[in-house]
This record gives sequence, C-alpha cells and structure tokens, in this order.
Amino acid sequence: MSTNYDAIVVGGGLVGSAIAYGLQRQGLSTIILDEGDIAYRAARGNFGLVWVQSKGIDFPPYAQWTWQSAESWSELNAEINAITGEDIGYRRPGGAEICINAEEFEAKRENMLRLSSHARHFKFEMLDRKAMADLVPGLGPDVAGGCYSPADGHANPLLLLRGLHQCLLAKGGRIDNGAMVTAIQRRGEAFAVATAKAEYQGARLVLAAGLGTPGLAAMIGMNVPVRPQRGQIMVTERVKPFLSLPLSRVRQTVEGGVQLGDSKEEVGFNEGTTSSVMNRIANRAVKMFPHLRRANVVRAWGALRVMSPDGYPIYARSERHPGAFAAVCHSGVTLAAAHVLHLAGYIAEGALPETLAPMSERRFNNV
Amino acid sequence: MRDHYDIAIIGAGPAGMTAATVADKHGASVLLVDEQPEAGGQIYRAVGRQTIKDKNILGPDYYIGRGLVSELDDSSVEYVNGATVWQVSEDREIGVSRDGIARLIKADQVIIATGAQERPFPVPGWTLPGVINAGGAQVLLKSSGVAVPDAVFIGTGPLLYLIAYQYIKAGVPIRAILDTTPQANLLRAMAHLPGALGQLGALIKGRRWIKRLRAEGFPFIKGVEGIKLMGEDAVSGVEYQHRGQSRQIEANTVFLHQGVVPNVNLAMSAGCAHRWNEAQLCWHAQTDAWAVSSIPGIAIAGDGGGIGGARAAELLGWIAGYGALHRCGRMDETERNRLAQPFQRAYGNEMGIRPFLDAMFRPERQFRIPEDDSTIVCRCEEVPAGKVREAVDLGCLGPNQLKSFSRCGMGPCQGRFCGLTVNEIIADGRGVPAAEIDAMRLRPPVKPLMLGELADLALQPEQTAKG
Amino acid sequence: MSSIEREDAGQIIIEFEGQPVTAQEGDTVAAALLRAGYWTFRMTAVNGRARGPFCMMGVCFDCLVEIDGLANCQACMTDVQAGMRIKRQQGANDISHGAAP
Repeated sequence: MSTNYDAIVVGGGLVGSAIAYGLQRQGLSTIILDEGDIAYRAARGNFGLVWVQSKGIDFPPYAQWTWQSAESWSELNAEINAITGEDIGYRRPGGAEICINAEEFEAKRENMLRLSSHARHFKFEMLDRKAMADLVPGLGPDVAGGCYSPADGHANPLLLLRGLHQCLLAKGGRIDNGAMVTAIQRRGEAFAVATAKAEYQGARLVLAAGLGTPGLAAMIGMNVPVRPQRGQIMVTERVKPFLSLPLSRVRQTVEGGVQLGDSKEEVGFNEGTTSSVMNRIANRAVKMFPHLRRANVVRAWGALRVMSPDGYPIYARSERHPGAFAAVCHSGVTLAAAHVLHLAGYIAEGALPETLAPMSERRFNNV
Repeated sequence: MRDHYDIAIIGAGPAGMTAATVADKHGASVLLVDEQPEAGGQIYRAVGRQTIKDKNILGPDYYIGRGLVSELDDSSVEYVNGATVWQVSEDREIGVSRDGIARLIKADQVIIATGAQERPFPVPGWTLPGVINAGGAQVLLKSSGVAVPDAVFIGTGPLLYLIAYQYIKAGVPIRAILDTTPQANLLRAMAHLPGALGQLGALIKGRRWIKRLRAEGFPFIKGVEGIKLMGEDAVSGVEYQHRGQSRQIEANTVFLHQGVVPNVNLAMSAGCAHRWNEAQLCWHAQTDAWAVSSIPGIAIAGDGGGIGGARAAELLGWIAGYGALHRCGRMDETERNRLAQPFQRAYGNEMGIRPFLDAMFRPERQFRIPEDDSTIVCRCEEVPAGKVREAVDLGCLGPNQLKSFSRCGMGPCQGRFCGLTVNEIIADGRGVPAAEIDAMRLRPPVKPLMLGELADLALQPEQTAKG
Repeated sequence: MSSIEREDAGQIIIEFEGQPVTAQEGDTVAAALLRAGYWTFRMTAVNGRARGPFCMMGVCFDCLVEIDGLANCQACMTDVQAGMRIKRQQGANDISHGAAP
C-alpha cells in the first residue's frame, strides 16, 4: 500500500472529508488520516441545517461564502447520490427561525435587514404568528412569529459524512482510520506525516482536524486558534411526519425523529448533557409545538463546536510552508458544497483567492 | 420525594433491597427507587404479593425473596415504586420520572443496582411475535400466573432449565428443549470445577432439574446449531441442525435464553468506567472492594456490575451499603470493616462457582455473531447483520462510528439488545479482540421520557441560575 | 394459555382493538393480552413488521401499544386498569392526533 500521495488530509470529519473528496475528484491522489471511533466528532453535534439566514450578518465575506455553498449544495447532493445510490436527506424547502416574543422578533428583523443590505441575493420574510402557522402547522399560540427564507435547507450530517467517505473511496482515495498524527515535518518540497503505525508523504497537506487542528498546526508553525463550544441536542422517537420545514432549533429528520436544540456553552472539552439545558430546550420546543409534549425523547447528547475567536471559519495557507493548509469551521454541513466544489480546487492550485483572505488566520496574528 | 438524601439506591432487586435496609438501619436517609410496582427486581418478581397456590412450582429459592421484601417494608426506607430513573449525573443528580412527572433529586451517595438483562440471542426470526425470552416467560408466570403450553425452549444457561423445571412442576407441557450449549464447553468448564465445589448444592440442584426434564419424555436435544425461527407474522416453527442433520419442529411459542448480562446503561451514562470481560462476554464496571465505581460517590452493586447471581447480589448490597454509610459519615472505618467482613467472606465463597458456570454456559459464537446476513441485529431500527459487516468493510471502527453508517443503537432500547452483538461483529470483522472495541456512547435519558415532562422539570435553584 | 391456580384475583375488563378482554388484578397490559391469546402488539415504524412483547421487563421496547390515546406505552410496564382502551401501535407516534398532552 502506497505511502506517497498528492495530498494528505488530517481529519476525517465533515470538513476534512469534503476537502479530501474535492481533491481526489480533481485528480489528486488523496488520503485521509483520521483518529478513530471516539474523537471529538463535531459532526455528531451538527444539527444538519444548510443555513443561510443567520450567517455573516455583519461579515459579508462569510455571508457570500455561505451563499455560494448553499447554491451549489444540490450539485453536491446529486453527485453523492449518483456515486453511492444513497439519499443523504438533503431537502431545500426553505427554513424558518421562530421568535417566541416581540423582542426576539424585532432583533431578528434588524439582523435580516443588515444581512440583506450587503447580501443582495438574500430573500426573507418576517411572518407574524398566524402567517407562520400556515407554513408550519401545529405552531403553538405562545409564539410571536418568525423569519422565513427560501434559501435554507437541511441534510443528515452523519449520512453526509459517510457519503463523502464513500465518494472519496469510489474515486480511488484512501482513509486510514485510527491513525493519530504524531509528527509533521517538511521534507524537501513535500510533507512527511507520521502516525503510530506508518509515515506518509504528500505534496499538499491539509489540516482539518477540528479541535485537534491547533496542535497539528503548531507542528508547522501555523496559528489556528479554535476552542470547543458545547451544544446540546435531543432527539425524539420516530414521529409521523408533521414538519417538513427545517427550523433553526427544531428539525424533523427524514426518518421521523424530531431533533431539538440548542445551547452555546463554554465548558471546555465536556460533552455531557445537563438537565437545566435539556429543560430549557424542551420548554422552548413545547411552546413552539404543544403536541410535542407527548413525544418521547430517546437520546440526548452534547457535542463540541469548533469555534474560532470571532466565530467565522479559518482558511489558512502556511506562509513558511506554502503547500500546507488549514481549514476549520463550525458549519460543516452548510459549507460542505463550498469545500468540495470550490475550496478543494483552490488548495489543489496551491493558493487561496482574495475572497477568502478575510477568513485567513492572519486576522488573529496581532490579537 | 424530598430534594436530597444521604443515600439514593436505584433498583429494588436483592442488591438494592439489602443496601437500602442496612443503610436505613444505621441512620442514613435512604431513597430506594424502582420501576416495578413492587420490590424484588426480576429474580424475586412479585414475591411480596405472590398468590400461586402451589409454592412448589416456583420453588424455595424464589420465596427467600419474601424475607428481603419484608425487611424492607419494616424499615423506614423511602421506597418509591413505578419510578423510572432516566439520569444519574457525575455529581449525583438523579432524574426520576413517575406518573408522567419528572423531577431531580440529589444524594451524597448513589448505589446503582439496576441488575441484569437477558443476553441478545440474534437468530433469524427472533423478532417474530410469539418469540419471547425465557426470563420473560418466567416474569409472566411469577407476576400473572400465566404459562404457555407447548413452547419450544431454545438456548443454554441455568435460567433456561429452571423455567422449564418450573413449568413441569406446574403441569404445563413443554414441546421441546433445544439445547445450544456447545459440547466443547464441558471440558473447559471442568478446569473450574474445583473452585465451584464450595457451591456443591447449586451444582447438584442443576443436575436434578435436568434429570427431571429428561424424564418427562419430550425431546431434549443437546448440541443444537443453526437455529432459524420460521413464520411470516408470527412464529410457526423452528429449523435447526443437529449432528449434521437438518431438522424441523412446529412451534407457536418459542422461549429463547443464552444467559444474562449486566444492564449497564445507567452506569455508563453516568460516566462510570467499564472493561470488557472475556469470560462473561459483556461489560463489567470497574469497582473497588466497596463496589464504588470510577466516579466517587457512585457505587454499582449486584448483577449490574458483573453477573454473580441473586445471593451474591444480596451480599454485595450489604457491602455497598456499609461502604456508603462510611462515606457519608454515618459509620467509622473500623465499624464498617468489622460489620462488612462476614459479608465479604461470604461474597468470595459465592463467586467461587462463577468461572465454572461462565465456561459451562458460554454461548456459541454463531449465536453471538450471526452468520446469516439477514438476521436482525438492531431490533429497534431493524438493522441486519449484513449492514453492520458492510460498515466494517468501509472502515467503521466501532459502535459509535457505526451511527454514520446505520441507525444501530439509535432506537428506544439504546443498545440494550444490539450493543454486545454489534461490538462482537465489529471485532470479528476487524480481526481484533472484543476488548479493543469502544463501548457505545450512552447519555441520559437512559429510558425515554416525554418531552412534556422535560419541559416541566422543576429545577433546583442553583440550576436555574446556570441554565 | 395455562392459568396457574392462584388465590382469587379480582377481574378487570379492558378493551383491545375494540374487543373486551378479561384481565386479572395485578396483570400488566402485556400479561393480560397474552393471557387472552394476543401476541402481536404493534407494527414497526421502520418496515411495518409485526412485533410483540419480548423481554417482559421493560428493556426491549417491542411491546409498545397505544393506551387511551397515548402512543408508545410499554405494555409490560403498565398495570391494567378497568376500562383501559388499548390499540396496536401502528408505526410511528402520531402526535397531531390522540390524547391531549
């Protein structure tokens, strides 16, 4: 089995897998090195939204990048479907964010106006309770209304992950599972990446290991600051379909379970669940949908988002070692299409475009 | 229920009952919570209200439970029935649901005594109506006096023979016993026989059951392999292999059993460390001499930590109770050691028979790792063995990664009936020992509870501040 | 079905799929239905297959039935009460109909 590749991607989560597949599909022989079964897998915590309406409200480059991804998602979905024969649950009926009270409603409206002031393609509608209830049957009486955008959608994050793996393998790529990277060195023009069991060489190196990225980046003198931010999620038993529109905090999956979130907690590397947060999530959910009171919660979990200091992705090319890149973000599902269809191409060419410069790691270097 | 107790015990089987009673006797405030309507766990199910006229049917070992239940009744333990514990957190916050209302309780010491469940027995057709666990048949007999005539009993292990023996004593006809105990087990078990001789009575008892069963005249076939349960919407027959021949037998009811394994979900979700035990082919909690887990303040007593049987569970309950009393300051170390000593000795004796039983009734590989790809592995999500093997071929390393490939373990039973099978299939596919495969990651709620209950949960004051 | 001789237990009438079923005091819903000869309790949500009770101790979640309009109740964990109306659980929980929360 070869140990020489055109590209080595460290990290087999949503970001790493998307980039790896994107590279392989461009004709670069690519291998993913992934830690193993229980890593801090952010994909487990991903709600599955392909979401535009809350991204980059005050940061146009991110809004633009998100828009690009959302618009090319159906292309990615079709490709995965064609190669694997699997339905990964991608649907784009639009999406809504429900506002419980007048304050939330006003704050949301202001945000949407700011977003549309620079994101010219972005469309949204603020709907009062009655109008929202037409879109979302079963909506409770205790909500103020919300915001609908036709740009939003959803997919199954774990099936997406598996689909990306299958596509990579189908195009001739490789995955080394259970391979924790212990050392990275420059060797001539290429990189030598050591794991416990083997050493690989690659002309291109992509560090996309989520919360493991800072340590790896440091090995080649890059600064990629991310920290864990916990989000708790619950899911119910399968329920007969009642919600076809994804909402920011409530999403009924294709299989029928209703997913409920979320929280934003700074608790370090703690993936536990807490009764207080579960209570808060449940409370909000039954305000939105009183009938959900009778649904059984069968699972709850905490997962760690990969959070940069300003919350935006980090796309970095090493200045010292130009063949090395880092890519981290907390919206691995939404940005999957951009990663496969655009970012991988830039990495293959060896340089990131100006449009991504605002999201480089340089913005943190003087902080 | 109050907001706080010195000692909270989950599960009112033999271990939970003795732990609660001894803790109460020495002055601790004790909460004992159990799902069932009355105390006794599974082994002593319904013993307090047992109304079967002929006491010979269930036998004297069962009625021992009456003593434990009446001691509990005489104590001032706060015993709460019909209550499901869906959470024990690392800092001993206990989530309890009763009559559709969920609440949180805190305790200084927690003893998890949730006992055992039957091992999964994945054979083709095991999900058909009419197929139940032999232990389930015993529950039916104990709690409702209902027995099913002409059932085919399939499997191995003392409980299978016991329930068959109880049926015979009750005059209920048995269609057949298909014994899947591998022939090779006897030889391996003999090595442990010396250690088991301290429990000679139990060995003799077992032989007596089997002798009586043989004397009844129905087919009692040993060395059975290749089980298939036939039928479309309900079981109608059994196909099996015996001495290289294919055989068939009609059956409208099948009782399956191949041993019991710890019910680990609550302890694992609390974060207690577990280790794979190759002799018992299941997870064992890591506990010290006082049954304390890897998490301070949380002990695991009885079959829930590792299978030892009813008497061992009773003894471990005493030991765990004394330990908890000392840790919450109700008993000094010297007194604890003095009082616990006879129980620790008896516990050691009681466990002497385990290696023999574990070896004797070790289930055959083909019944733990189904060869037929169409055999359902995850009952809740209807995932067949072939799908799990396919995932391993695609690089899946363990049960948590498996969730990216299939919905194994995502249903309401939360891996109770697929976890062991999944881990062994993955280990087999990867060519590594089962001990190297991670356990399925479990989190509260460990039993489903209604969203409305969670929404109405009354939080303790310090929690609302944090949440 | 064999009923082993017991001290007298009171009888309780419940309903299953519109038919009366005679249960005994202390029966779980599962025991009462099995006693009456009913072994199929539900059709699964995934593939619509017939299932019935399996473990009888609340850990397998195969004995799910609808009780008085509430879906997915474990029959083996619920004691019978006079007048209970039980139906087979047909696939997934339908939260928009049935008993009020």
